[in-house]
Amino acid sequence: MLGRGAPGSSRGLLLALLALGLLPRVRGVEQEPGSAHEESQGFQVVTFKWHHVQDPYIIALWILVASLAKIGFHLSHKVTSVVPESALLIVLGLVLGGIVWAADHIASFTLTPTVFFFYLLPPIVLDAGYFMPNRLFFGNLGTILLYAVIGTVWNAATTGLSLYGVFLSGLMGDLNIGLLDFLLFGSLIAAVDPVAVLAVFEEVHVNEVLFIIVFGESLLNDAVTVVLYNVFESFVTLGGDKVTGVDCVKGIVSFFVVSLGGTLVGVIFAFLLSLVTRFTKHVRIIEPGFVFIISYLSYLTSEMLSLSAILAITFCGICCQKYVKANISEQSATTVRYTMKMLASGAETIIFMFLGISAVNPLIWKWNTAFVLLTLVFISVYRAIGVVLQTWVLNRYRMVQLEIIDQVVMSYGGLRGAVAFALVVLLDEKKVKERDLFVSTTIIVVFFTVIFQGLTIKPLVQWLKVKRSEHRDPKLNEKLHGRAFDHILSAIEDISGQIGHNYLRDKWSNFDRKFLSKILMRRSAQKSRDRILNVFHELNLKDAISYVAEGERRGSLAFIRSPSTDNMVNVDFSTPRPSTVEASVSYFLRENVSAVCLDMQSLEQRRRSIRDTEDMVTHHTLQQYLYKPRQEYKHLYSRHELTPNEDEKQDKEIFHRTMRKRLESFKSAKLGINQNKKAAKLYKRERAQKRRNSSIPNGKLPMENPMPNFTIKEKDLELSDPEEAPDYGAEMGGGIEFLANITQDTTATDSPSGIDNPVFSPDEDLSILSRVPPWLSPGETVVPSQRARVQIPCSPGNFRRLAPFRLSNKSVDSFLQADGPEEQLHTTLPESTHM
Amino acid sequence: MGAAHSASEEVRELVGKTGFSSDQIEQLHRRFKQLSGDQPTIRKENFNNVPDLELNPIRSKIVRAFFDNRNLRKGSSGLADEINFEDFLTIMSYFRPIDTTMDEEQVQLCRKEKLRFLFHMYDSDSDGRITLEEYRNVVEELLSGNPHIEKESARSIADGAMMEAASVCVGQMEPDQVYEGITFDDFLKIWQGIDIETKMHVRFLNMETIALCH
Repeated sequence: MLGRGAPGSSRGLLLALLALGLLPRVRGVEQEPGSAHEESQGFQVVTFKWHHVQDPYIIALWILVASLAKIGFHLSHKVTSVVPESALLIVLGLVLGGIVWAADHIASFTLTPTVFFFYLLPPIVLDAGYFMPNRLFFGNLGTILLYAVIGTVWNAATTGLSLYGVFLSGLMGDLNIGLLDFLLFGSLIAAVDPVAVLAVFEEVHVNEVLFIIVFGESLLNDAVTVVLYNVFESFVTLGGDKVTGVDCVKGIVSFFVVSLGGTLVGVIFAFLLSLVTRFTKHVRIIEPGFVFIISYLSYLTSEMLSLSAILAITFCGICCQKYVKANISEQSATTVRYTMKMLASGAETIIFMFLGISAVNPLIWKWNTAFVLLTLVFISVYRAIGVVLQTWVLNRYRMVQLEIIDQVVMSYGGLRGAVAFALVVLLDEKKVKERDLFVSTTIIVVFFTVIFQGLTIKPLVQWLKVKRSEHRDPKLNEKLHGRAFDHILSAIEDISGQIGHNYLRDKWSNFDRKFLSKILMRRSAQKSRDRILNVFHELNLKDAISYVAEGERRGSLAFIRSPSTDNMVNVDFSTPRPSTVEASVSYFLRENVSAVCLDMQSLEQRRRSIRDTEDMVTHHTLQQYLYKPRQEYKHLYSRHELTPNEDEKQDKEIFHRTMRKRLESFKSAKLGINQNKKAAKLYKRERAQKRRNSSIPNGKLPMENPMPNFTIKEKDLELSDPEEAPDYGAEMGGGIEFLANITQDTTATDSPSGIDNPVFSPDEDLSILSRVPPWLSPGETVVPSQRARVQIPCSPGNFRRLAPFRLSNKSVDSFLQADGPEEQLHTTLPESTHM
Repeated sequence: MGAAHSASEEVRELVGKTGFSSDQIEQLHRRFKQLSGDQPTIRKENFNNVPDLELNPIRSKIVRAFFDNRNLRKGSSGLADEINFEDFLTIMSYFRPIDTTMDEEQVQLCRKEKLRFLFHMYDSDSDGRITLEEYRNVVEELLSGNPHIEKESARSIADGAMMEAASVCVGQMEPDQVYEGITFDDFLKIWQGIDIETKMHVRFLNMETIALCH
């Protein structure tokens, strides 16, 4: 079901985007003729005020074009799998720029440094910081720092000096440049660009160590770039002969001030942010805003103090992530995640497109073949030499050696990007005489690295057989052992009396637990924050989801999909993701008959469907609509509130109960009590039954049956005869809880374990199987329970329209109550969900 | 090194046995003496002198591992009362990083050794099987560092992990089949694909210059 959830949701998103984008445009078009007609009249009913909206309008249109282009690229999977998106966007920018130029002969749209540094860069860097895999990052921090600092200085110096050397030899002809200009150019062209690296490496999937080294370098070298750039720019301004040794020393000092200061600003703001999110319990709806605003303030603050802004916002993200994720509600966490990704990816798209557009401007082009070509050669060669030299040093200290292959990828992955471009555009033509040459060269370098290297790095990685990142399923055992390792290693370091990584990590985590978490985390969050618990929740959730998928596969799909005229809206379709809700319905439906899945086909299907989807969404749906049906009717429109959140205690309860159930099933399996045999027998029988049923095309479907609810109800009633009623209720509750077990940050992966094996499937199966519902007995066709029939006509249009009021009262228990006389039997059901 | 001239023969022997460099052995020896209070052997109580160890939630398991005959390669079960320096080195050598010059087979062997150490820590009754009880025990201790996690949660997690292990190791089970515990082979299976070599090592043992902190 998840498989269908994802495309559905993304389609919905795109539709919304399209609608948003198109609306103004359409209106504009309509207004145009109207205004022309009414021009002569005294009072104008409709006026055409283009200048009034021009600027934001054009911005919105550009964003729209870039987004549409992105859709266009992804229409063809072939193209995007070969050509990186960034390259495509640059080409698109060139084309668009060409069109604009042909129409206007003015390059009116360029990537200005202000826009880039203030609006486009921060989201990307914040995204990088906030989702930084901290352990990996800090584990390789030494390596990253070496590459970022020494590597960048090396690149800047060698490139600048070599170019100067060639210039002296006269190969470049007559240029009005001095040594300092060359060094300035070297310093701005030296830095590996985070935006470009991220854009290209995300598609390449090299192993995580390699990725974090290249990416970390590109983030942290900002401080070096900023300092070098500022130092040389001021030197150029001063004039070469006036630079003294004192200035050089000042430059070095300023490096430490800029980098450490930037980091410090980031950490302080991260602290503030974490502290603020601790107290946002009653303003859930603006909670996500804090994350963005405070991080952005860290960026601006350090910019104001002329510290490294990128470092500040990176470290703000890195440091706050743990506490923020623990403090904010799940909904907010999802919002933050999606908003951040959306902003970052949008900014990235715009950057690359505008890089392309900016290049179409004959006024900035000044060609010097020798200079351009030599720059390309030097940056590539010196990057490679630098990497090899540094790696040689590093490998003497590193545990995990960096192989030759890694070094090749690292040298080749040194992409230059928009940062260099923005910096070079910032140069003052009065001070730097050959600014235009620098600009053109930078554009060429950026295009070359992003397009050519971006295009070839994938084949290169494949050809070199670079160790790829493996997408691992989170395993409970792995986490547990991992935890054990951490403790063992720190103990060994303690015993042998030495300070190592593990020692430091151990001390840090103790400090964190004792002080930081106490200050920065909500009390409730402190409890539930444990990685192992998270993984456990995650696995539980996955189990639940696979049940859904399984139920769906077994045919509930058919009647859910079939259009029904029955308007008894008992099922919530109030999310824009109908498929997940369908699934939850089918879960409900099928849990009575769901057995564990054994055949490979279903496994395969499940795997795909789960992997493809963001299970957060599912989780939300499941949690909102299954577990807490009662609370939904309180839910009227409010700007300040989303859903009542009071599930801390509930969650724990759920957790225990689920586990107890799992455990019981486990025990019974372990002890091999005869219930199993019975279950197995029934299970087989049921499967046989299934097979028979599957040949019956859902003949008895609601719309053909004028009174569907009553017939079914009776059957359901048979199932819940007085004696079993409470049990049944509890069992339903169990099922629901099972679904409601959640993790906060789940990445959709699949665990084939847990449910494949009848023995280890949660006990719902066993108890259900041991009691075959009457309507399942041989000779009868499978008739969907009443819940399946109460399906609303669902189309994207009407579910959106219906959403608010359906949210208000149509929840799971509403249809139970709608059952009339039999109501009281069924009320056990919602009750149990509240235990 | 100068101080150890008299024992240089012995040191050389230990280098061959444990794979540590003689410098490292010197360092560890100094530490050993510090721990034992200049005695030739260490007893369990000596580990109480390590202040940082106290916060470690599984410290008893770790200390126990030092005296486990299986880890000391002295027998298939039981605990030693005291260990001498050689035994101490033997235990430490489980944490030696993998040598880059090793070939594939040696790496595998080394990996197995490391895993065996871990396995022994879990399998406290030395019957070659990690039973549910034993697993729970470890998990409880592991999570005891977090005061907010109750015992019951820890148990649930252990149960979940056990189920996972069973499904990984046995795959499809007959309904009445019973999974009794994780054997060492199963244990290896669980660890398949996990890069233990880069995890289970102590970095400084590789370095030539060691910073002593005590």
